[in-house]
Order: sequence, then C-alpha cells, then structure tokens
Amino acid sequence: MINIENYHRPSSISEAVQLLQQGEATIVAGGTDLTPQIEAGARQFESTLINIQRVEEMRGISVTSGRYRIGGLTTVTDILESTTLAADIPVLVEAADHFASPQIRNAATLAGNLCNASPAGDMCIPLLLLDAQVELVSWIDESVSTRRLALCDFFIGPGKTVLQKNELLTAVEFKQPVAGFSASFQKSGPRPALEISTVAMGFAGVLEAGVLRGVRIAIGAVAPTPLRATATELVLEGRSLNESAIAQAVEAVQEEVKPIDDVRASAWYRTHLSGVYIRRALALFQGVTAHAA
Amino acid sequence: MQLEIEIKFSLNGRMVQTKVPPTMTTLVMLRENFDLTGGKLACGEGECGACTVKIDDRTINSCLMFAVDCDGREVQTIEGLGGVAGLEIMQQAFVDHGAIQCGYCMPGMIMQARYVVDQNTDKSHQLSRDDIARGLEGNVCRCSGYTKVVDAVAAVILDEASA
Repeated sequence: MINIENYHRPSSISEAVQLLQQGEATIVAGGTDLTPQIEAGARQFESTLINIQRVEEMRGISVTSGRYRIGGLTTVTDILESTTLAADIPVLVEAADHFASPQIRNAATLAGNLCNASPAGDMCIPLLLLDAQVELVSWIDESVSTRRLALCDFFIGPGKTVLQKNELLTAVEFKQPVAGFSASFQKSGPRPALEISTVAMGFAGVLEAGVLRGVRIAIGAVAPTPLRATATELVLEGRSLNESAIAQAVEAVQEEVKPIDDVRASAWYRTHLSGVYIRRALALFQGVTAHAA
Repeated sequence: MQLEIEIKFSLNGRMVQTKVPPTMTTLVMLRENFDLTGGKLACGEGECGACTVKIDDRTINSCLMFAVDCDGREVQTIEGLGGVAGLEIMQQAFVDHGAIQCGYCMPGMIMQARYVVDQNTDKSHQLSRDDIARGLEGNVCRCSGYTKVVDAVAAVILDEASA
C-alpha cells in the first residue's frame, strides 16, 4: 500500500497542470475505472493524488460555430441527457445509452473512459466516427500549453495512450457532421447492461447520388486499441451499396480486425461478429438513407 | 502518518464533518465513520449496485467514489430514505410485494428504484416494466427475485400517479 503524501484539489485547468508539472501524480475523477484497478492490483497510486473533480471548466457540452466541445469531466449521463447531442449527434447518445449501468454513467467521465484506453471503451467508437480531436494541456515555460491530436492517434495499446505524464485531457472536440451524415452503433455481449463489449461497431457515412461517401468504421474489442478500420472504409468509399460491395466489406473487415482470445470471446467469434456487424450496419444505413430520400 | 482530509457535507439531511484518507471510498466512510451499514460491499467494482447511494441528484456506486468527493454535497443513504418517520413508500412496497429475499442487495436496489421513479419527470410517460428493469440494470440480486422487485416498483408508480 502506497502512502499518499500529497493530496491536491485544483479548481482550474491551469492550477491542475502546474501541479502535474511538479512530478508523478495519479489523477483522480469519477473513480469507476481507477478504484477496481487499484483493488485488483493492476495499478498503484502515486504518492501524490490530484483530484480534478472541482475543475468546473472541464465540464459540459457546448457548440461554437459548428464545433462541438465536450469537457473531459462531462459524465456519460450528461451525454445521454444532452438534448443538443440527441438532436445533432444521436450516435453519441446511443453509445452512452449502452454504457455500463445508470450508477456508473452518473460518475464515469468522458476523459476517464478515453484515458483508460480500453480496446473496448464504448465512447471511443462514436468519437472515432466523428473524427474527434482530444485537447491535451500541460504547463510549459510558465504558461498553459495546449496541443490537439486526432483521437485515432491517441491510443497506442491496451491501457496506453500518447498522453504525457504532465498532460491533462481537458476536452474532446469535433465538427458538425456534413449534411446527410448517418451513423450507427452496435454492441455485443451476453447481457445488455454492464457488459464489456465482445465487439462494438460504429459505422458512418453519407449517401451521395447513390454512392457511399465519407465512410467511417470504428470497432471496439478487436485490436489492441479501438480500431479505425481504414482499409474497409476504402473498400466502400465511392461504391454503390450492392451485394458485391457488402460482401467485399465483410471480407475486408474480417481481414482487418486483429482480435485475441479472452474470457469474453474467442478471436474466431470476434472476427465472425465483425462481419455480421458490418453487414447489419450497411443494412441499417441503407434503411435510413432510403427513408430520408 | 496517514494523510487525512477534513470534509463537510449533508448526510441524510444533517450537516456532518469527518476526516478521511484521500483513497477511502464513500462506502467505507459511511460504514466506518457513520455506522450507516445499509449500503453493502459486494463486488467492489460497480457490477452489482449493493452500495448504491444518492449524491446530490444522482445515484452512484459508493464503493467506487472517493469519500473526499462528498465534500460540500448532499448524500442520501437508505437510512435517510424513510428515516425516523418509518418506511418510505418504496421500502413498504418491497415489503408488501415480497420483493425481499436474503436482503443483502435491497438497500442499493431500493435507492436505485426510488431514483428511477423520481427521474421520470415526464408525467405523460408512465414507466413500463421494461423501463423499470432497464433502470435497475446495475443492481444484481443473487437470490434472483427480480419479478417481485419490478412488481413493487410498478405498484409505487401507479400509487404515485393516482396520488
């Protein structure tokens, strides 16, 4: 058991990153991932804890000239209950609705879900479809320094991200999707609640004069990180949605995923499910776009 | 020496003050510092809901939340639901419908059931049995008596709609 020597409760981003600059620390927020990891011995507290729950500027959902910003401390419930997101970006709300349980959603923060970098992290999937960026803040040369990074470049392995020890993930941003953008989220597990996805798939695109454009495919729990299936996207880009395109997409996605065998499912089953889900996602997309036309 | 943080918050309607180590969970604080043993430690990882309490307007798993984060907030446990006045209507409904078997999960289950009903502010939409089950998806009963739990919550919804 590590002895906690310092405990800080900053109330602003600037204060938080100055504290982070002083040396190794554990950042604490909702606790829904951290507490079980500590209990299981998978992680240890540093001797300095920085509890960021009071950094109010890291909370909330806003839209400024077509750019959406979700603060890192925004809870999954906040996303689920956002009328703005329900109207404009329903796929985010759908993913939030499949997230764990009401009690966990009430506490779990968006930044926590991303920084935990589970290959099965549910909120990563819709955000990858939206080409979201993460905002990473640090304290350099006596001032606040901000860098923005595409979410797809943020993850590097199970539980691993490019986040530096002196950095804080303060917000996620993305642009208003183009007109006609249609997206879906599917998740598989033996029960609907509290399930770590066996496979989760997000699909998005636009149907333009009968052909697919701006195809985005994001898959959870089939690779060391949440995966953007770019090879499969290319197979579908510019194609009309016929059986040969669908069959090629199934083949491509099954080639592209790199799942493992674990307690939740075998690699074979995850590969199989990826094919089923891309087929369903395309059928859903076809249904929605046909209805809109 | 173990570092301790002084916190002050409203507990079941009364302002309280205590000292907690920064890594202590809310559940341990409630049980050890305040003798409120209704909430239980069962899974310790947010899967079962036996530790459910309400913080401000939201229910959470108190086994996962740090006690220091109670500072300045309103905490309600099962002990504060009915209080000295007797059982609250949700507690009574669980008794009347035989929804309680071994009872271990009940304090958390009832806190969440109350929350699910209170959350539905849209009076034109009456919660269905499926809505109730969804709302209680984070609460596990290993006696597996869910039917009577849903019966009890459905009865409270009917009662409160006609009140």
